[in-house]
Amino acid sequence: MPDVTVETTELSLPSRIDTVAAAAAAVADFVGRSGIGDDAAFGIDMAVREAVTNAVLHGNRQDEDKTVDIILKSLPDAVEISVHDQGPGFNPEEVPDPTAQENILKASGRGIFFMRSFMDEVDWSIRPGGGTTVRMLKRR
Amino acid sequence: MAELNINERQAGDVTVLDMSGKITIGEGSVALRTAIRRLLEEGKKRILLNLAGVGYIDSSGIGELVSSYTAIGKDGGQLKLLNLTQKLQDLLTITKLLTVFDVYESEAEALNSFK
Repeated sequence: MPDVTVETTELSLPSRIDTVAAAAAAVADFVGRSGIGDDAAFGIDMAVREAVTNAVLHGNRQDEDKTVDIILKSLPDAVEISVHDQGPGFNPEEVPDPTAQENILKASGRGIFFMRSFMDEVDWSIRPGGGTTVRMLKRR
Repeated sequence: MAELNINERQAGDVTVLDMSGKITIGEGSVALRTAIRRLLEEGKKRILLNLAGVGYIDSSGIGELVSSYTAIGKDGGQLKLLNLTQKLQDLLTITKLLTVFDVYESEAEALNSFK
């Protein structure tokens, strides 16, 4: 049965560090309207910040001619968030486990781990027109 | 208002940084890095971070805590953490960093542990 979308919001933001906070604020507003509980909202906020950080830093490499595009969908049983960048993409399976003994004291590499920890589904796809989309789902 | 406010005080030979706000990518992480670098330049190597007022931290902020810990350790000093919020404690638990950091709930105990 196809999902019935209750509400969709689309954002297109510049590839700057301050976009992370702007995206988080917009998502918090959306999540607030979606009737999501506090714990789930905290997890969504964490995951969105990490996804947008990755899009700005690693996908678009802070090139302000490139945008980070975000689609927020409130579904009957979940909230779905997609973050699209215009970078070349990567293989998430090749990202080292930050909790492995040899990586624990590394200064970076925990973003994807947080996204997977706080969301119920996270997957990546390369779009035909170029760029990478990460889709994250949090069930109600 | 700054994203992260840091107030410095001295308790014997331990420097306590009372922090409030967010340690997130950009301003918050940079503020922490700058404060730690300055303390090391001043020869202050026993540092206690009071995180009671830090309501939010992201992977960049966690990374900055780890960088601070390793930088101070390399310089022969010690970094310890005080008053973690439940959320920060949860994040350090899932990243397995709670076993790396020396964490206290009592400032007196934390200060004594440096001796």
